Amino acid sequence: MANLNSYLIISAILFSIGTVGVLTRKNAIVIFMCIELMLNAVNLTFVALSRHLGNLDGQVFVFFIMTVAAAEAAVGLALMISFYNNKESIDVDDVHLMKW
Amino acid sequence: METIFFAIVSLVAIVSAILVVTCKNPINSALSLIMTFFCLATYYVMLDAPFMAAVQVMVYAGAIMVLMVFTIMLLNIRVDANKKQSHSVILGSIIGLFTLLNTVIMLVKSRAAAPTGPYSGDMIKTIGHTELIGREMFTNFLLPFEITSILLLVAIVGAVILAKKKI
Repeated sequence: MANLNSYLIISAILFSIGTVGVLTRKNAIVIFMCIELMLNAVNLTFVALSRHLGNLDGQVFVFFIMTVAAAEAAVGLALMISFYNNKESIDVDDVHLMKW
Repeated sequence: METIFFAIVSLVAIVSAILVVTCKNPINSALSLIMTFFCLATYYVMLDAPFMAAVQVMVYAGAIMVLMVFTIMLLNIRVDANKKQSHSVILGSIIGLFTLLNTVIMLVKSRAAAPTGPYSGDMIKTIGHTELIGREMFTNFLLPFEITSILLLVAIVGAVILAKKKI
């Protein structure tokens, strides 16, 4: 088993890449995929620490995070379809009604 | 041996994660994201969690990504090569770099607590990971498990209502 810190650092790198993607991309679906990437980075942290501490609570949490991600994917993609039906685009810059 | 394997998997995971962010076409991003999910499944196998790896491949790489690729193809968005695909790159990169720096400094300066729980690697191998997860989920986490089913029901109804033009 590799060192615990290496898993945590990989997870931190993946999370940061996801953050950059969410902040910089315009396409709503790509932003959504970056959010999934961040969720997965957190999942890796949960599993690594759960294995290190010898406690399975973290892995059960990962299971619940996956369920929430699936629900989020279903609702989020439905939102994107209705967004596309209204605006003929999926660019987040086109939704600026509530922008300051 | 395991260290070399870990390094290779990490390289693939990070490169495909960067491709998710940088690819212009959303389909390419989705395929890179599937690659990252497979790398994470490999990590779960290395962490003695084979059930988590199987669920990762089935739920994430299977169900969620199929839904996403399906939506991308359904909307059939033209990728305009001349149009900019990103905004505020410098500020976003700085914030991401600070997130990374913050976490790495935290990790280097601190140590994880000593193992406290009863589940060692040998125990997981003899009893079986799936059985241990199942026991935990249907005893200590029974109420959250039931609440999750309600969440899924709400998500199904919400998705149908949102995607429909006329109810």
